[in-house]
Amino acid sequence: MGSMQLLPPTASSHAADMDWLFAALIGTSAFILLLVFGLMILFCVRYRKNSKVERGDRLGRTWRVETAWTVATFIAFLGLYFWGADLYVGIHSPPKDATDIYVVGKQWMWKIEHPGGQREIDTLHVPVGKPVRLVLTSQDVIHDFAIPAFRVRQDALPGRYETLWFTPTKVGEYRLFCAEFCGTWHARMGGSVVVMEPSDFQRWLEAQDPGPSLAQEGEALFRSYGCSGCHGTASTVHAPKLEGVFGRPVPLQDGRTVIADDRYIRDSILKPKSEIAAGYPPVMPSFAGQIGEDDLLKLVAYIKSLADRTAQNSQTGQAAGSAERPAQ
Amino acid sequence: MTTATVTGKPDEPVVATRNYLTEEGVTLRSWLLTKDHKRIAILYTLSITFFFFVGGAAATLIRLNLVTPAGIFTPDIYNRLFTLHGIVMVWFFLIPSIPNTMGNFLIPLMIGAKDLAFPRLNLLSWYLYVGAGFLALFAILIGGVDTGWTFYTPFSSLYSNGYVVLALAAVFAVGFSSILTGLNFIVTIHRMRAPGMTWYRLPVFVWSNYATSVIMVLATPVLAITLMLVAVERLLRVGIFDPALGGDPLLFQHLFWFYSHPAVYIMILPGFGVISEIVPCFARKPLFGYKFVVWSSITIAIIGFFVWAHHMFVAGISLYAGLVFSLLSYVIAVPSAIKVFNWTATLHKGWISFDAPMLYALGFIGLFTIGGLTGLFVANLAFDVHVTDTYFVVAHFHYIMVGGMVSAYFGGLHYWWPKVTGRLYPEWWARIAALLIFFGFNLTFFPQFILGYLGMERRYYSYPPEFQVWNIFSSAGASVLAVGYALPFFYLGWSLFRGKRAGSNPWAATGLEWQTSSPPPAHNFDVTPTVTRPPYQYRPEPEPQDV
Amino acid sequence: MSDAPVIPQPEPQYATAEQQADTASFGMWVFLATEVLFFGGMLLAYTWLRATYPEGVAEAGRHTKIVIGSVNTLVLLTSSFTMGWAVHAAEHGSRKALTQLLAVTALLGLLFLGLKGYEYHKEWTEHLVPGLNFHEDSVHAQTIELFYFLYFLLTGIHGIHVTIGIGLIAVMAVRARRGAFSSRYYTPVEVTGLYWHFVDIVWIFLYPLIYLAGRS
Repeated sequence: MGSMQLLPPTASSHAADMDWLFAALIGTSAFILLLVFGLMILFCVRYRKNSKVERGDRLGRTWRVETAWTVATFIAFLGLYFWGADLYVGIHSPPKDATDIYVVGKQWMWKIEHPGGQREIDTLHVPVGKPVRLVLTSQDVIHDFAIPAFRVRQDALPGRYETLWFTPTKVGEYRLFCAEFCGTWHARMGGSVVVMEPSDFQRWLEAQDPGPSLAQEGEALFRSYGCSGCHGTASTVHAPKLEGVFGRPVPLQDGRTVIADDRYIRDSILKPKSEIAAGYPPVMPSFAGQIGEDDLLKLVAYIKSLADRTAQNSQTGQAAGSAERPAQ
Repeated sequence: MTTATVTGKPDEPVVATRNYLTEEGVTLRSWLLTKDHKRIAILYTLSITFFFFVGGAAATLIRLNLVTPAGIFTPDIYNRLFTLHGIVMVWFFLIPSIPNTMGNFLIPLMIGAKDLAFPRLNLLSWYLYVGAGFLALFAILIGGVDTGWTFYTPFSSLYSNGYVVLALAAVFAVGFSSILTGLNFIVTIHRMRAPGMTWYRLPVFVWSNYATSVIMVLATPVLAITLMLVAVERLLRVGIFDPALGGDPLLFQHLFWFYSHPAVYIMILPGFGVISEIVPCFARKPLFGYKFVVWSSITIAIIGFFVWAHHMFVAGISLYAGLVFSLLSYVIAVPSAIKVFNWTATLHKGWISFDAPMLYALGFIGLFTIGGLTGLFVANLAFDVHVTDTYFVVAHFHYIMVGGMVSAYFGGLHYWWPKVTGRLYPEWWARIAALLIFFGFNLTFFPQFILGYLGMERRYYSYPPEFQVWNIFSSAGASVLAVGYALPFFYLGWSLFRGKRAGSNPWAATGLEWQTSSPPPAHNFDVTPTVTRPPYQYRPEPEPQDV
Repeated sequence: MSDAPVIPQPEPQYATAEQQADTASFGMWVFLATEVLFFGGMLLAYTWLRATYPEGVAEAGRHTKIVIGSVNTLVLLTSSFTMGWAVHAAEHGSRKALTQLLAVTALLGLLFLGLKGYEYHKEWTEHLVPGLNFHEDSVHAQTIELFYFLYFLLTGIHGIHVTIGIGLIAVMAVRARRGAFSSRYYTPVEVTGLYWHFVDIVWIFLYPLIYLAGRS
């Protein structure tokens, strides 16, 4: 607050290259602008109605100058096109040793999974100096994973994977934004990218806690009652995935938005048609009379555990689409 | 009293009692069932002015909200505000602005015709516009829509809880209004020119509207079908854009931008036409490089159909597609640059005066040049990856559409005001407004370039605190801009009742429209003129001491 | 045959009747250009579907009613022929021939619509209507549903154009019978003919895309 920043932090290898390109674009434009404005002002003053300056021969053959000027500026900008295209090809060519990290966007959060199973929400921890390749997808609408400090962003589309890579060059914490309008809380669908020294990052990876045992029991119930048949990550049924749902707003079919708290989870299990999540068909069966209160609690705890901000070594299966996981 | 004819003498206080405002009745019915292109132009001017204020009110609320990082509106309301602003300003203000007001009024006059080719179709166009406008207002009043004017799927087709189908219907209808106008203009310009009015004797204003009409006619049908697909998907849950049902969200973007990119040229080409009329008149010199200016408009219209995917560089298109569309986007900058150089060259060795229309025109050239240059920034692949969907893009297109097109609209409004109304506006108020607009505009939108590069995203009701300072500058500018835009409403309105009466040619301008009385008679010309000379035959002013 | 030359006064914005006739024709051409783009958007969506899911589209194509489609093609082609013949009759001032040929054209148009309606009915009973009663057991069910969505959209909008065309032709037939046209003035007939030929050409494009997909 109160800062008059002109440039974002430069925190990736590509960001530094981009800033040079930006400077060149500004330089070329400023030159042209000054030329045009300068001439306009000059002419307006010199040739104003009452000035007694010689107008002389008006059929100036200046169109040669014009053509030359147009061609020159076009060539300058073409040069900038090639420069930009070259950088663009670069950001589409991740190095082979890049670490893959999986990112799933959903209204209105980013769920991130590291190869070793560490999970985070809205925060991405990465080591400095090592290339990282993000595999992006969305659970619902189009989102966009944007890191201004790295000068990169990419749309996350439902039903397919997009990728984005970078090599962070400066330790620190940088803004992460969603950059494709995705509904009510689009402006709050952000967080940070935390770049750490490699040793700190290693320690962070190892420090992620497992969940409480209530949740582990709930996980077993989740399978035995058949919930994972629809809500599990391997399911082909169009049902809401439950990772990261707890404690967050849920848009409903009728236009309301509710917070997914204990009550909501319990009501969803017992009276699924009362608060249907937007974008989903009302096909979930009711479990009223089939699940006791204590089991319900365990299920809620399990689902709550999926929302933990400190990631956990999840045993509930892989994140969408992860194939092999390199040993960490 | 017969129709006042050519005198060429500026500011002759002739009272043309027989004119289009009174000649064919003064009842409401005579206006609502008129076939006179000039009356239809007035009807359009009233309607689009209304929508300009609706869209402007939304803009005011948006800038008010963005003064503080937390915002003052709930996100749902804010999202509806920016969507309203986009839909209303694009389809209900900018696209019809110059063509349906000045184009309708002036094209027949400029080519020496008595009306457009299809007057009833012209009136139908207006009724479609008004009907669509009612639909849009209804959608706004019962709760609005929050998808952004771009209606991206699957959010708009499956997830949004706004009145999407109603909004789509409104845009669908106003699209047909656009198509019919374009059709009318193309046919009129081809077939209704007076004897001797060859293509190369047409004013650039006519050429610009011709190029605009070609785009309207070819691009808008694709929008119509695209919106229809979204509506059907939303109503029947079919899945053409939903990946879960086998569809493709990117298909929507390709279809949408295939129209919407050419649409932005609809929203600037007529402005080029207006500037090309004003600058020669107030520099007292023929337009420099007439043929270059003419063909640059046609070139822009054509190439404009081949650059749409530069809106999709991070959307998931292939690398090769990105390379091609970026290159073409650079190519299309060339004809616009040519125009700027030609207008500047027109000033060279002229006798320049700074009446309000000229101030607007000079402001246009400045602001459009900035907007156009920043277009080269966003056309650049790597640069766009960083700034797409940020305020950089917002600033870029506002420089062109508002700094450019709206300035041209106001410039044209002032330039032809005496012709249309028979009254002169108060010059000093007009100059003040022009300067306020130029200054306010820059203060509003230049900080947004900075915000964009910093990473402030579009369509955010709230933002991180480090962006606040630039947002405050921007909102401050918006308040100045608002005053600048409101002023003309007052003094132009005043001039209708108290303004000095205008002669047929107060600016001593060339062009057939100035050969009629101010206001013109209902059928424009008693005798169809014969044209023998090229346009813009401005002669050197006599030396001051000879006067 | 003699008919009193019937040439209405040109509207005030036209210098001559000939200018008005030329302009009307030109106007229709420009309108047809917009229609090309209108149908073009839908055809683009179809092309995308076919390129992305070739087997699904092929299977969907095999569900279409090729007999009805082919008969309808013949019906429309014939109607274009009678329409052209009608314009020819107008050129030569043959009022009776003009009226009859216009009537036949309109009737053929109605026949087309009738057959199309019957086809739609069959598709309804076979549960091929997306969003309403669609049901397919194939592994390509989603693609078939999308194909049928585009099928109904394309043929439905084409059908609306056919209906409008029939209306226009009927009006022309009535006016012809009342002697509104002569060899010196038949612009409305000509312009209607242009429209009708366009409607036919659109169908020529639709026919192979819909009925011949998957049937080589």
